[in-house]
Order: sequence, then C-alpha cells, then structure tokens
Amino acid sequence: MTRLVIAAAVLALSTGLAAAQTVRMGTEGAYPPYNFINDAGEVDGFERELGDELCTRAGLTCEWVTTDWDSIIPNLQSGNYDTIIAGMSITEERGKVIDFTQNYIPPAASAYAALSPDADLKGGVIAAQVGTIQAGFVAESGATLLEFATPDETVAAVRNGEADAVFADKDYLAPIVAESGGELSFAGTDIQLGGGVGMGLRKSDTELKAKFDAAIQSMKDDGTLNAMILKWFGAEATTF
Amino acid sequence: MFSACADPSSLDGLAWLGCYLTTGKHIDFYWSFLTVLVLLAVTAPVALAFGFGGAMAARSPVLPLRLVGKGYAAMVRGIPDIVFFLFFVIALDQGLEWMLHQARCPDWTDPIRQGLEFRVCPEAKIPSGNAAQIWHRLYGFGLAVVTFAIVFGAFAANVLYGAMQAVPKAQLETGESFGMSQRQVFHRILVPQMWVYALPGLSNLWMILIKATPLLFLLGVQDIVYWARELGGSKTSAFDYPHPDWRLYYFLGLLVFYLCMTRASEIVLGRLTQRLTRGQATLAGNARRKAA
Repeated sequence: MTRLVIAAAVLALSTGLAAAQTVRMGTEGAYPPYNFINDAGEVDGFERELGDELCTRAGLTCEWVTTDWDSIIPNLQSGNYDTIIAGMSITEERGKVIDFTQNYIPPAASAYAALSPDADLKGGVIAAQVGTIQAGFVAESGATLLEFATPDETVAAVRNGEADAVFADKDYLAPIVAESGGELSFAGTDIQLGGGVGMGLRKSDTELKAKFDAAIQSMKDDGTLNAMILKWFGAEATTF
Repeated sequence: MFSACADPSSLDGLAWLGCYLTTGKHIDFYWSFLTVLVLLAVTAPVALAFGFGGAMAARSPVLPLRLVGKGYAAMVRGIPDIVFFLFFVIALDQGLEWMLHQARCPDWTDPIRQGLEFRVCPEAKIPSGNAAQIWHRLYGFGLAVVTFAIVFGAFAANVLYGAMQAVPKAQLETGESFGMSQRQVFHRILVPQMWVYALPGLSNLWMILIKATPLLFLLGVQDIVYWARELGGSKTSAFDYPHPDWRLYYFLGLLVFYLCMTRASEIVLGRLTQRLTRGQATLAGNARRKAA
C-alpha cells in the first residue's frame, strides 16, 4: 500500500514535463540588501530585481528558491536548483567546483565593523559567515576566526561581545552600521577581496551560462545595471 | 495585510505590533506550526507500522527475516540521528532519481556523476524542473517523513519486540492448547496484550519525536525553527518593520509551544494507559481491579 502511494506520488510529481524549462534560482534570502525575504515572505533585494530582469532578457521563466548558505553549492550540484544568485564572490577556489558568469557587481570592498573604531583586528576574535571569502581572509590574517551560519548572527556576536569585530561585505554592513545609532562603527581599512559577484552554475550547464552572460552584458551596455546598483547600494557604491 | 498597515513607518505601539504580527512572513510562520503537527500526525503511525514490521521480523522463525529485523533496529539505533538524517535524505533522493533515469532515459550517454555533480536527464528529475514550488516543498517534506519514520521505526521495533517478549508465555501456550494456530495466537492473544507493556517505551518515543521535529530545519524544510530565526534576526530599514535582534522572544515562544505539546501528550498518554491496563495481569491492572 505504502509503495503504491509512493509510486503514485512520484508519478504525479514527475509528469507534466512540457513547455519551456523553468530555471530555478537559488539564493540565501538572509543577506540584505543583496537578497532577503521581505515582510510579505517573498525573496526581495538587489538580486531579486536583477535576476528577474536577466530572466526576462534571456527569455527564461524563473522561480526563486531559498537555501542555507552552508549547502548552497552542494545543492546546486545535486540539481535542487539551477543557478546560485546569492552575493557570491567569484574566486579561484569556487571556480574549481562551479562555473561563474561574468560579474554583475564589480569587485567591492569588505570591511570590519566593531563596537569601537580601535578594535583589535589582528589578534582579536573576528566573526565571519562560514564559507565566505571573508572567513578565509580572517583565518589567514592571524586573528581568531569565529564562524556563523548566517550573516545576521555574525553581527549579533559583535553586539553581545562574543567577537571583537565582524568582517563582511561593506555593502552588507553599511546600513547596519548607519542604523545602529552609534553603537557600531567601521574599524581599520577596507580590503578588496575576490573578483566581484557573479552567478554560479553547474559546470555542465554551459548553454544556460552563455544566456546569462549575454543578458548581464546587455545590462552593462545599456547602463541599467549601474542604475540598479546605485538604487540598492547607495550613491557611493562602485559601478562598472 | 490590512489597509491600516499600508505604511508601517507611520505606526507605533500596539498598532505597529498588530501589523507586524500579521505580515505575510508571520503568516508563513504560523502555518509552519501546522507543518510540525502534520509531520507528527503522519510520522507517528508510519513509524509505528515500521516498528511493528521490524518487531515481527525480529521474532520470525525464518533466519534471514530475523536478521533483517534485528539488523534494521541495530543499524539505525547505532548511528547518530543527525548523520542518518543527512545521509538518508540525499541517498533516497538520488536513488529515486537514478531509478527513474534508468527507466526513462535509456539512451542518455552522459555520465550521471560528473565530478561532484549528480546529473540525471530532465525527465527523471523529481519533482520535474518545471513543477511549482509547492511540489518541491511537498517532496522535501515527504523525504523528511520517510526518514523520520525509518529512524523512529527502529526504536519502536525494539520497544515492540520487548513488549511481545513480555507477554507471559503461559498465555500463549494456553491459546495453543485451545487449538489456535500460530497466527490466531499472535492476533488474539499476543498483540492485544503487548500494548500495555509497550506503552511506556512508546510514549517515551513520542516525546522524543516531538523534540526531534526541529531536525526538519536541518533537512531544509521551513519549519518553526527556521522562521523563528529568520523573523527574530535584526532587521535594517531594508525591511518594512525594522527591529533589533528579537530571536530570544521568538525562541521563547517555541519553548512554550513545545512545553504545551509535552503537557498535552502527557494527559493523552495517561488516559491511554488507564484504558489499556483494564483487565490486565499487571501491577496497574491489579490495582484497578481491586479499586473497582
């Protein structure tokens, strides 16, 4: 009986393969203003707007899926979704396991935020999100690395004194520092990491990658991408 | 949701809170409580069935069947739950897709495993790439239910096996001397009497199952723990309702929910014990007989 039910369910789920292929866009949904889940419970942010525009230009039907940052690459490889569009910096190390489109955000600064501007960045405890280029950087800088699963927890760790500073994309930290009412401030100097942010795809999906590459290029050419970056990251953001 | 909530930044106090607690995101949070209850409602009977099958197999006079029954219980009980959860969901998913791939795409020439990628033909994807998000959710939930059932079924098998052994031998032999077959003895004497011995162990399992539901979060199902963390995290003005870190309050809410679940279960299980001990040759049964 159970087997029958399972068989029926599997059939029901796997039928209805017609029409155009839907592209499933995988994102984290916890990294404002890049991507976050808004108060209506939907994926929102810079990458939502960008992704929808890219899909329109490439003539694709897209659907948004959220997943934990931790498992975002393995889930792409096992086919749970078709692209990663989650503020992921293009690095050589990631390039070995997945392919990246050309960048849609130019190489941007990472920054430290702390309770005081003279926090100990070299020998102290620095919080960073697990599996990010910032975490890799902290590990090599000599400071003690404290990793968290979500970006929000890294900031909370600084607020409650568990860590001396948090190291993350400056675009992520800027609104948090600005709205902290003087509690948090940037410390040390900004650091350039990675080769910009791009979309991640399976290495075998060369066709899809070409489509997105072309769409990103067309947005760079007509200036809409720069306008979108300024809209979400503020007037001081780096543009192309 | 309400027209009064159109501009959250102009609200304050209770009006703000009222609007905040009825955002689409909060409605998703409230629904996720139902997800947990449905998981419990579906998993418990399925796990019990797995356990019953396992216990019967472990008692079987046929050696291979006995080995399967005992092996199942020993294997699942010996492996940490989390390892089993993480392994089994991936293995089940890839196994199903692999089988469908063999059936539907015999002409496919590309290897399924390319480096770290697992790539079956589009017709073999479950659910299909075009399916609405709800099917992906349901499929994920289904995998979780099966995994829960297998893990808790093994524990239940052990409890039921013990309970079956605890029914006095003399009772079974009496049945046989009345001319009942093995089947009849099992159905008419063993099974009705074993529940009272199984109940303490099973009620314990039920409590553990309630407590284990946050593992759904590990499996990528958006359960109450996921939403509590998501909603509780500090929010900047990118959101309509900015607020500082409120995870403490959300997790406190979960704590109350789980405590209420436990209390309700205790009451129901207490009543069940009362019913099952009636007329039984156990301490509790004797006490009831004398009191009556």
